[in-house]
Parts: sequence; C-alpha cells; structure tokens
Amino acid sequence: MAVHRLSLNPSSYKTRFTQRFLRALMKINKNKNRSSTSSSFQEIRRGRRRIKIAADGSMASAVGSKRAWSRAMLYKLRTRTRHQAWVRKISTAAKRKRDVGNKPEEELSRTDDLRRLVPGGEAMDFCSLLEETAHYIKCLTTQAHVMQSIADFYST
Amino acid sequence: MSSRRSRSRQSGVSSITDDQINDLVSKLHQLLPEIRDRRSDKVSSAKVLQETCNYIRSLHREVDDLSVRLSELLATTDISGDQAAIIRSLLM
Repeated sequence: MAVHRLSLNPSSYKTRFTQRFLRALMKINKNKNRSSTSSSFQEIRRGRRRIKIAADGSMASAVGSKRAWSRAMLYKLRTRTRHQAWVRKISTAAKRKRDVGNKPEEELSRTDDLRRLVPGGEAMDFCSLLEETAHYIKCLTTQAHVMQSIADFYST
Repeated sequence: MSSRRSRSRQSGVSSITDDQINDLVSKLHQLLPEIRDRRSDKVSSAKVLQETCNYIRSLHREVDDLSVRLSELLATTDISGDQAAIIRSLLM
C-alpha cells in the first residue's frame, strides 16, 4: 500500500485554500453590500451558511480530485438536494459489500459514526476510510487555522 | 477467521492485513491532540476511532463558530484586493 499517499504538503495546500477562500469571501462581501445589510437573525444565519460553504468548497477544491473525501464534498456542494438520495443509495449498497469479510461488530458501530463524519465515508472500505480520515483531519485543521487568522486580522 | 479478514474486498486491493490496519490506526492516533500528549502506545483501535470522531466533531464546531464570526466581521468591513494580499503574506 502506498503509505506516502498520506503525506500532505502543508504550505502549498494552505496557499491554495487561502487564495480560494479569500476570493470567495470578497464575492460574498460584494453581494452583501449590494443588498441592505440588516443584522437580523436570518441574515446572520444565511451569511454563516455562505461562509461555511465557501470554506468547505475552497478546502475541497484546494485538494482537488486526488482524494475520495474531497471528490465527495465537491459533488455534495454542487448537487445539494440530489446528494441525499445518492448517499442513501451508495450507503445501502456499500453496507452490503462491507458486511462480507469485515471486522467484528464493535468496530463497525464506531466506523459508522466515522463514515458519517467524513465526506464520502459511507462508500469506502475500512482501510480507505482510515487514510481519508487522516488527510481530512489535516485539511480541517489547516482550514480552521486560516479562518482564525483571517478573523484575527479583521478584529484588530 | 484469518481467511475472512484477508479476503479481498474490492478489485486492485490484494489483501488487507491486520498490520496494515494497525499501521493506519496508529497514524490516526498521532494526529489526535490529547492522546498524542499522553504518549501511550497501548491505545486500542476502538478508542482511537472514538477519539477521531470526537476530534472531527470539535473541528466542525470550530469551523462553524469561525464562520459565524467571519460573517459578522464581514458585515461591517469591506475586503479589498490589498487586504487579501496582506492576509496571504501573513499566512505564507
């Protein structure tokens, strides 16, 4: 198994994520200024959702199609309603495939939680799930770090 | 029992051994903050999976909170291309 697939070049991924995310933020900022900016509860909720989607989209596209989780996330973002039906279809088929020759039951219940947390986790075999999870965690921590830096920048 | 574990589950993957799984689990183990500080080698894979789920959930929450904070900050600020360059240089 290719162990080096787990390696992640932190600076290049961080750069790509930051560029995309900042671009998305500027677009959101521009659109917001056109309409009236009332700080009603709904406006804040909508703004938060837009930024979360921008962050996840930037994260997934910075990784590209090299990883199963980023492909799953990009697909989810592009086809938000159709995705739910797809996940259900994939998960029932994958569950049937996984139950053949797999680890004992206790492991499975914990992997089900993990499968729900990692994008595309429902359709992965156990080993891929572990690899994808490791990469996903590294990218999530970078995403949080960059967003924190941007928030600090605008707080001063 | 061992033949069940090493049966191939999908084309292209010859056999998944316990060693490979343990290797991946220990790699995940190293990414987790708490367990890493305790430097224990005897953590069960079930515990690692559980801690991983908790860690991912906490990261999701953190990103959510940051999204709220950013959306509030952006409501009152204008981002210009210069500021984007400044932020980029701060992070590189």
